[in-house]
Amino acid sequence: MSDGVLVAGEVTRQGLRPGTAELIAAGVKLKEEGAGSLTVALIDVEADAHVDAVNLAGVDEVLTIGAVPERFEAHVAQAALETLIEQRRPRIVLAGHTFASLGFMPAVAARGSHGFASDATAVSCGPDGIRARRGAYGDRLVAELEFPGKDTVVVLLREGAFEPAEGAGSAAVEAVALEIADRARTERIELRDPPAGDVDITAADFLLAIGRGVEEEEQVAEFEELAGRMGATLSASRPLVDAGWISRDRQVGQSGTTVTPKVYLALGISGAVQHLAGMSKAKTIIAVNSDADAPIFSVAHYGAVADLYEVADELRRQFDE
Amino acid sequence: MKVLVPVKQAAVLEGDFELEDGVLDRDSLDWQINEWDEFSVEAGLRLVEAAGGEVVVATVGDEDAEDALRAALAKGADRAVRIWDPVLEDADPLAVAHVLAALVERERPDLVLAGVQSSDAANAATGVALAGLLDWPRVAVVRSIEVEGGSLTVERELEGGAAEVLRLELPALLTVQTGANEPRYANLRAIKQARQKPLEVVDPGALGVDEVALETAAGSRLVSLAAPARGAGATLLQGGAEQVAGQIVEIVRERMAS
Ligand SMILES: Cc1cc2nc3c(=O)[nH]c(=O)nc-3n(C[C@H](O)[C@H](O)[C@H](O)COP(=O)(O)OP(=O)(O)OC[C@H]3O[C@@H](n4cnc5c(N)ncnc54)[C@H](O)[C@@H]3O)c2cc1C
Ligand SMILES: Nc1ncnc2c1ncn2[C@@H]1O[C@H](COP(=O)(O)O)[C@@H](O)[C@H]1O
Repeated sequence: MSDGVLVAGEVTRQGLRPGTAELIAAGVKLKEEGAGSLTVALIDVEADAHVDAVNLAGVDEVLTIGAVPERFEAHVAQAALETLIEQRRPRIVLAGHTFASLGFMPAVAARGSHGFASDATAVSCGPDGIRARRGAYGDRLVAELEFPGKDTVVVLLREGAFEPAEGAGSAAVEAVALEIADRARTERIELRDPPAGDVDITAADFLLAIGRGVEEEEQVAEFEELAGRMGATLSASRPLVDAGWISRDRQVGQSGTTVTPKVYLALGISGAVQHLAGMSKAKTIIAVNSDADAPIFSVAHYGAVADLYEVADELRRQFDE
Repeated sequence: MKVLVPVKQAAVLEGDFELEDGVLDRDSLDWQINEWDEFSVEAGLRLVEAAGGEVVVATVGDEDAEDALRAALAKGADRAVRIWDPVLEDADPLAVAHVLAALVERERPDLVLAGVQSSDAANAATGVALAGLLDWPRVAVVRSIEVEGGSLTVERELEGGAAEVLRLELPALLTVQTGANEPRYANLRAIKQARQKPLEVVDPGALGVDEVALETAAGSRLVSLAAPARGAGATLLQGGAEQVAGQIVEIVRERMAS
């Protein structure tokens, strides 16, 4: 029988990913619900440096796997997780729904025929067994999932779904030697920095952000003009950047820039999770969207169900006065 | 070079949907080709145009999903395969990957190009799960691809706008990100001609996947669907555009002054 919760922490070159403490919080909750003891595994050359940061209240054991290539390599990470799951047979494996995870966790789950849910916003262990919740149809609905017949269930948690765990713990710490360093199947040629541009949208107090509600490339210049008139800096969601209508340094979101302006005014942006990741901490969020069910309204402080062009015309007029 | 591109006919939920006892009325759904798959199809077409070979598009879906295949054929894909059995309704990404793995075993492509994610389910998992089952090298979230002989050089997107350039050996699987290229449009003539291109329909059994195998492969089962719990939510700005703009001006002036 499988038992226990295995949290796969994430170490990046910037250090321990803050979401790891959220995974631990979810693990503590599952432990309280009866899922068994809580183990945190750190797979990274510098794993040892982060032991204290994950040795939080409720954690029973911290494993460090340090004999891996210096950079993250998805096939090595896969081999490490597969070996740990084989050795320890956890009931639940928790990892973040992050770019790194997306490169290997689905492979781990498929090869092991484990239970699997990605981008989960909730996970529980109760009389009905393990359950998870995740968005469906572009986060318009929430799906409840079960994992019948699965000894091990792999759940990738959305960042922000749990409050980070706190308080020092008293976990046993163990360095685990796994023979996996030679499992890499990609070779890194080069690392490329984010594109530098002529504006730094992180420095702006007021961002006017436009999304796919804007239909024509020519209109981008009109919004640039409106932004100038309002004293705002123009930024955008990813589709406008992908289309080449606006430069990549103005993209807000997980694969763009994270911003925390005083005011974020979003016109015609639906509020996909990757966009929210880059702006949900803005102090005041105002959203204009013609769709009353758009997920952006769940993070906005002020919302208007309205046509963005009509509102933009009025803003142009009123900011002139 | 033979490229296999798995594409999904993705669901779009209409505004006024019917949800009863956690079950969604399927008439509430519209369908369109998954946004990410527009880019993977284009990437496949470009590679084959440059190096010669064949682009095969495949979907796990019912008859309605043929629209996605026809659209790809109209753009230049050579042939299409649709795999279906009603037990695959609501199939999870691991079950879909299992079915696609059987097709890859049969087709033996050099390269599989999946999308990073599907716009309706957003699992972001099917491609990498498939590579895992095949034990192929893969890279997720790719925005450029170059082929040289038996190896690939790809740019993998990282968070925050950075990227890393990786080399890997064929056969391989990549998940393609939006913006990787500029997807073409098919003209009317091509759309007509696409009707003559081969579109094979098979059931999983014909690929050697029986119901028990599917059941074992599936990573989850859907219990129910619900409307999301609404938190405090946004304060709604009332009135027409003029009033809405007036309130925005006020909020902005007040917040910027503080
Ligand atoms: C790995 C990964 C990373 C990603 N990174 C990012 C990222 O960094 N940043 C990012 O933004 N996205 C990112 N995405 C993409 C993301 O998933 C969404 O596809 C994207 O954010 C959608 O942009 P949008 O809201 O502008 O477009 P849509 O989702 O198409 O929304 C357009 C909105 O405009 C509204 N609208 C239309 N017409 C009008 C009108 N006349 N008036 C008012 N409203 C109108 C619609 O109701 C709709 O809500 C990423 C995706 C992946 C898989
Ligand atoms: N039913 C399906 N048929 C064919 N390919 C699929 C299907 N579902 C997902 N895919 C592929 O997997 C990618 C990611 O989808 P997902 O893992 O559901 O987010 C898509 O872009 C497709 O390439």
